[in-house]
Amino acid sequence: MTVLVYLIPAALFLGVLGLGAFLWALKSDQFDDLDGAAHRILFDDGDTPLPRRRSNRDKRAKRKRPVTNGVDRS
Amino acid sequence: MAEVTSASPPGADTPPSSTMPTADPGLFARALADGTAELTLVVENLHCPSCIPRIEGALLGRPGVVEARVNLSTRRLRLRWRGNADEAAALLEPVVEQGFRLAPFDPDIEEAPHEAMRRTLLRALAVAGFAAGNVMLLSVAVWGGLVSDMGEATRGLLHWVSALIALPAVTYAGRPFFGSAIAALRGGRLNMDVPISLAVLLTTAMSLFETMRGGPLVYFDAATMLLFFLLIGRYLDMGVRGRVRSAAENLLALQARTAIVIEAHGQRRAIATAELRIGDRVAVAAGERVPVDGRIAAGRSEIDTSLVTGESLPCPAGPGGEIFAGTLNLSAPLEIEVSAVGEGTLLAEIARLMDSAEQGRARYVRLADWAARIYAPTVHVLAFATFLGWMLFAGTAWQSALMTAVAVLIITCPCALGLAVPAVQVTAVARLLRRGVLVKSADGLERLAHIDAVAFDKTGTLTLGRPELVNGDKIAPADLRLAASLACASQHPLARAVYRAAGPVPAATGEVREEPGMGLTAKLGGQEIRLGNRIWCGVSEAGASRATEMELWLTAPNQPPVRFAFRDAPRADAGALNAWLRARELPVTLLSGDRPAAVRELAGMLGIADWHADCRPADKIARLAELAAAGHKVLMVGDGLNDAPALAAAFVSASPAEAADISQTAADVILQGDGLAPLAEAIRVARLSRRLVLQNFSLAFGYNAIAVPLAVAGLVTPLIAAAAMSASSIVVTLNALRLNVLQRGRTP
Repeated sequence: MTVLVYLIPAALFLGVLGLGAFLWALKSDQFDDLDGAAHRILFDDGDTPLPRRRSNRDKRAKRKRPVTNGVDRS
Repeated sequence: MAEVTSASPPGADTPPSSTMPTADPGLFARALADGTAELTLVVENLHCPSCIPRIEGALLGRPGVVEARVNLSTRRLRLRWRGNADEAAALLEPVVEQGFRLAPFDPDIEEAPHEAMRRTLLRALAVAGFAAGNVMLLSVAVWGGLVSDMGEATRGLLHWVSALIALPAVTYAGRPFFGSAIAALRGGRLNMDVPISLAVLLTTAMSLFETMRGGPLVYFDAATMLLFFLLIGRYLDMGVRGRVRSAAENLLALQARTAIVIEAHGQRRAIATAELRIGDRVAVAAGERVPVDGRIAAGRSEIDTSLVTGESLPCPAGPGGEIFAGTLNLSAPLEIEVSAVGEGTLLAEIARLMDSAEQGRARYVRLADWAARIYAPTVHVLAFATFLGWMLFAGTAWQSALMTAVAVLIITCPCALGLAVPAVQVTAVARLLRRGVLVKSADGLERLAHIDAVAFDKTGTLTLGRPELVNGDKIAPADLRLAASLACASQHPLARAVYRAAGPVPAATGEVREEPGMGLTAKLGGQEIRLGNRIWCGVSEAGASRATEMELWLTAPNQPPVRFAFRDAPRADAGALNAWLRARELPVTLLSGDRPAAVRELAGMLGIADWHADCRPADKIARLAELAAAGHKVLMVGDGLNDAPALAAAFVSASPAEAADISQTAADVILQGDGLAPLAEAIRVARLSRRLVLQNFSLAFGYNAIAVPLAVAGLVTPLIAAAAMSASSIVVTLNALRLNVLQRGRTP
């Protein structure tokens, strides 16, 4: 049973890798438009470039914006 | 009127609405710190994926554009460019030329906390899924060890690894539930998240204790799986609500208003209506909605007040006359002096009335919370009794009595209960969304299932809220075509009605001139043709008083004048809907702000016996209160500003998509499209889903009736708990999905 000592960590490592990949995809806005993403792969290259990764400066600017949760307007 | 050319995108079948203000998108752009400007727009007619490269391609070719990204799910376009905010309109020109209708999105509505919450849930879901999968993997090994020769040391190792995965995962992925449970307890209430949180926390704590002891009863797999299943339900719920919400926000964005201010030296400038001050002069073109409350300073026109008062006939207005925001200027340009802003406006008064009406409304307890109120105490008493029973009567050690008690908590599984309601509602709301019904409020669907009476507004709700030609069959086709060829030059609602009735007609060859407030004239083959009001066409006043109709006359030299009569016609399916409601014994009331003659006529046409005319907003609320006092749960359907308080006061409310934005905000359900038929579908689906929810509750109850005695008897092992839990969750979810395949009943 000593094989467990490195098999379990190996299995967990692979699992964590998958989880990390998912969280990365979520963070880089890949789950924002699931309908559109399904079709974008069919367009010719150059028609629609991938979304530009936001630079850190953008993110800071974004965070500074006033939070608009005062009134539920929907 | 623009011809629809072959270059326009599919779906550009509806003509541009004359009432939509041409808002300057630049007013809604916002400058970012790095010198770029950003703007979000709603693309109203974005229907197919092939529109994405056409829009993005057109924009990315423009100098200065940094980013142009279409989101097909939300139908929004995000544009970022280097330069000033006011360049937006010029940048967007190539997209508008392709036939796409764009409406700038108010940045205040955008980026609701909702999007952040969706991401948090998705992250929690990923973590819970990872933990559930891996813990289950280890648990299968442990279960295998039950029949083979697994040593205690190996089992202990597997349990410790499980604990290592489960503890952080539960701490992280359980937060959405813990937070909501704590909030509910602080407010002195019980919701479904309280028993869920208790079950997860107790299970985890006891499993950790058992792991330390080296015992066999470790339930980490059950705890993580419970979280995983519940998070799936919650995420789906959030997802479909998010879609409904963004659709509702898009509708509001289409009404984003700007006003044209006339400055001291006569210069005209567009500004957002929020920036208007008392005393400003505002220009309102014919066919536009009045953006503010004010007094007419110059100009003479006819005003359609249907969205504000429910009155279906336009009324004349001249200098000095008072005019309200939301009314439609029909025939001639006006200059208005702003007389009230903020708290002083009619809109603010309506909002105050709405607030007090809403406070009077009884708090509705959602089904899931109602179930939690019964479920949580029962289960907790049961677990406690089990503990005491084993200690006192069987004389077991307290540790093992406690383990049995926790097994009861686990096996009663709030999982099935926690999924029972969201699974059905997600399915129902998504199905209604496809039919163009936006169920906005979280408990709107549940309340809709309870209704036993319906109250309608008239103008704009049962009727189209725009004039339609009613005597088309008495007019010679040649006259109708002639009138339409003149009418297509005008934006006046009556002219547009003529054009709609005649079908596609080439524009008149000669020059067509429009005299505001009077009519149109054209020279055709040396003859002067006129289309306009009685005076413009020189028709005698004899026999003129037709109170419920609007009219136009067509005159040509040496020919008798032709009369075109118009009325605010009922929606095509209003009759069918009323018949459907009658067949289900839902009494219908008509509450209108219009004159008795017009209301009586429509009520007769649709077979509504109970009608009330000349209702002010307060009268509508009073009437609803009477119905509520008689024990009725009323669905209010209305569109106007004057309906908003009634919408807020009713048990549940609905409004068409063209409704005033305050009414849309108040309504629980929004009906998209031209018809009322989706309302019947919504009522049907609401009742169906209530039945399914109750079914799911009884399934969960039946499952508990079998499993709980086993648990109390101390016969439940972690293996049985895990199997029973997944089985009950899957059964409940499958039952919920039945909503999609259940035979669609006949609705109008």
